[in-house]
Amino acid sequence: MRFPDLARSLIATTLLLCLGGPLAALELEDQKFYPGTGDVALKVISTGDLEVFEPFILQFQAENPAIGIDYYVTSSAVLHRAITEGAVFDVAISSAMDLQFQLANDGATQTYTSPVTQALPVWAQWRNQVFAFTAEPAVAVISRAAFAGMERPKTRQDLIALLRQNPEIFQDAIGTYDVRSSGLGYLFATQEARNSDTYWRLSELMGLRGTALYCCSAQMIDDVASGRLSMAYNVLGSYASGRIAHDDRLEILDLQDYATVMLRTVLIPATATQTASAGLFVDRLLQEGMREQSSIWVLPPLGAAETPEARAYGPIRLGPALLVYLDKLNRNAFLREWSDAMLQDAAEYP
Amino acid sequence: MSTANSLPFWWRSIGQRLTILLAGVAAVLAILSWWTVTSFAREAAEQTQDNVLVASATTIAEALHSEQGTILLELPYSAFAMLDAIGQDRVFYRVSAGGETLTGYDDLAEPVNPVGRPGAATVRTMDYRGDTVRAVTVQRTVLAGQQPVPVLVTVAQTRTGVQAIGAELSQTAAGLSVSLFIVAVGLGAFAAGNALQPLNSFAQAVSRRGPSDLRPLRRQVPAELSPLLIALNRLMERLGHSIRRSEEFIVEAAHRVRTPLATVRVQAELALHTVEKEEEKQMLRRIIRAVDESSRSASQLLDHATVSFRADTLAQDHVDLAELATRVSDGLAPTADMKDIAIILNCKGPADVRGDAILLESALRNVLDNSIKYSPAETAIDVTLDRMDDRYWRLTVRDHGRGFSAPCLPDLTARFQRGTNVDQVVGSGLGLTIAKEVLDAHGGRIELTTPDDGEGACVSLILPAA
Repeated sequence: MRFPDLARSLIATTLLLCLGGPLAALELEDQKFYPGTGDVALKVISTGDLEVFEPFILQFQAENPAIGIDYYVTSSAVLHRAITEGAVFDVAISSAMDLQFQLANDGATQTYTSPVTQALPVWAQWRNQVFAFTAEPAVAVISRAAFAGMERPKTRQDLIALLRQNPEIFQDAIGTYDVRSSGLGYLFATQEARNSDTYWRLSELMGLRGTALYCCSAQMIDDVASGRLSMAYNVLGSYASGRIAHDDRLEILDLQDYATVMLRTVLIPATATQTASAGLFVDRLLQEGMREQSSIWVLPPLGAAETPEARAYGPIRLGPALLVYLDKLNRNAFLREWSDAMLQDAAEYP
Repeated sequence: MSTANSLPFWWRSIGQRLTILLAGVAAVLAILSWWTVTSFAREAAEQTQDNVLVASATTIAEALHSEQGTILLELPYSAFAMLDAIGQDRVFYRVSAGGETLTGYDDLAEPVNPVGRPGAATVRTMDYRGDTVRAVTVQRTVLAGQQPVPVLVTVAQTRTGVQAIGAELSQTAAGLSVSLFIVAVGLGAFAAGNALQPLNSFAQAVSRRGPSDLRPLRRQVPAELSPLLIALNRLMERLGHSIRRSEEFIVEAAHRVRTPLATVRVQAELALHTVEKEEEKQMLRRIIRAVDESSRSASQLLDHATVSFRADTLAQDHVDLAELATRVSDGLAPTADMKDIAIILNCKGPADVRGDAILLESALRNVLDNSIKYSPAETAIDVTLDRMDDRYWRLTVRDHGRGFSAPCLPDLTARFQRGTNVDQVVGSGLGLTIAKEVLDAHGGRIELTTPDDGEGACVSLILPAA
């Protein structure tokens, strides 16, 4: 199991010490304040890294100079807990759509309607409370060096065969989310397990090869780039494409059998005080998400949910079925099974 | 008439009444159908939600099992996936065994006495987390070790979707009802118009009748109108009888008066030749003149009765107006001679018209007789026949008498109506009436004018050419 890198832990600890007050319990990974010319300061809590969202925030402020933005980065689980416990934020952005859905279902969100929200496809919003603004597939990122001379697998079946036949390349060189700690990893894993039984076979094989477990996509991609890993499985595609654009050591495996597509969602918590500004912020996010190609961020547009692979199952549905894997009994059962597969002692196998 | 006017304008005609009543019926039916569809739709949507909730709870209950005395449950994915079938509604659930929550929202209230029968469900509507929810609870007994444990599965959902479906269907139904109403009003107006059509055509047939046409109406009318038709025909028959009786009476009376008058006149003439004294002669002449006038009035009454009688069944003979004029003026020549009045005929035949020669003769005779009567001695009367236009002949009688008193021109053709300038001239006031009735019966007309030089009177008899 991998740990978050030291620098991030340090930032979080420092922030914790500095902030105090009602946010004292928040475990923050990052925080930055972008002052506006007016009195309004929009408190945004997000799982999106600053480097991805900063250009958007600057663009938004260029269009609405009066609105200051206080941007907090944290994990999806912390975000969920903070909003549930009534922490005051004006906008919450998360990649864990199941947790976002649960917030809306449990009544911790506000309804917001605007011409922009009405332009969203039906599947991209729920009760005018949760709005999707990206459709991001889970992908496998491989190291070009490790895969040198090998034919790229086209399906998960091919990938299983490849893992079987080349233990030397993959032994202790596969990375994936630790679904016990990563909300997004858990969402990807449960949805894939539901969609295809190859998931469990792949997991068993990954457990057999000795798989490193991570909290976040960025670190997995870092380790593939550095050559520590040959392959990172179920990485957030948006981050990977961003990195690959300027790093030719990496490659995205084009698996054509299916793709698990997650919707990054935004909502306005019930505790929000700056609802008008929050509405503007949400509108601007959705507008950016509905563009074919964004010049502001590397996140894929909502339209990515319409690609042929994604269409095989569609994007993960924003609906009550998301509650199923959040159920504590189901979660325990799934984690038990997952642990059995992923954390098996390699010595037990020949 | 006054009662009709005191009613509101839209209530005065049967057609409008019918239309308004039918529209009222249509409105009631439209509202009734809207209400029925709406309540059915709402009920159906609610029933659908209940069914889905029961299916969901049952699916969860089916997944319950026990292992080594512990009750286990893995929530089936489908149990929740099916819940967004109706709309985007919040979902809450709770699974409890023997009062202890296994999973879900542990503040979600459970029914006090859940239905225990397998397959049966307890359905409730209640408030939860600020929303109205529909909650379904199914009970299943699971054997935990040797102990049967009752497990309650509750699935609840908000009703936004159901209400949205209900509202949408209600709106559709409202639109449908409104269009139904509009169509019904249109059809109602058409039906009212159609139903009243026989009445309208009946009324038109009656009003098309000439003033003296008292023949019974022979028409096919709807059953509702036939009493009216029968009553109307009876009334006309009685009226006809009564008119005929009075005409007969007049004819009879005229005859009875004329015959003794003739005797009186003959005796008076004889007496005139035998008396010597100028005084006595004068007296006898006055008697003779008075007898003449009385006999003329009696003749006119007779003429008038003849016109009324013959006009009902008008003959359609060929009559030459030129010949007629000659005959009439010849007949009146002795009378004219007595006053030294010259009748100047200016009639070139043939001038053919269709009609009853006797009536036409009577008309001209009365007009000419009037002219002679009101003309001073030693004047002339012109009788001129000319073609007025390509449809009418005009027979004009022009005298040099006192003329008409201008203000009463149109009244002169009314029965027993005499001009204001008649002075001592004796007359019945029937002459022009007879002429007018004859011409009316022949589709012609009579025109009374004062000639351009302002002297005398001009009477034109205008008749359609054959």
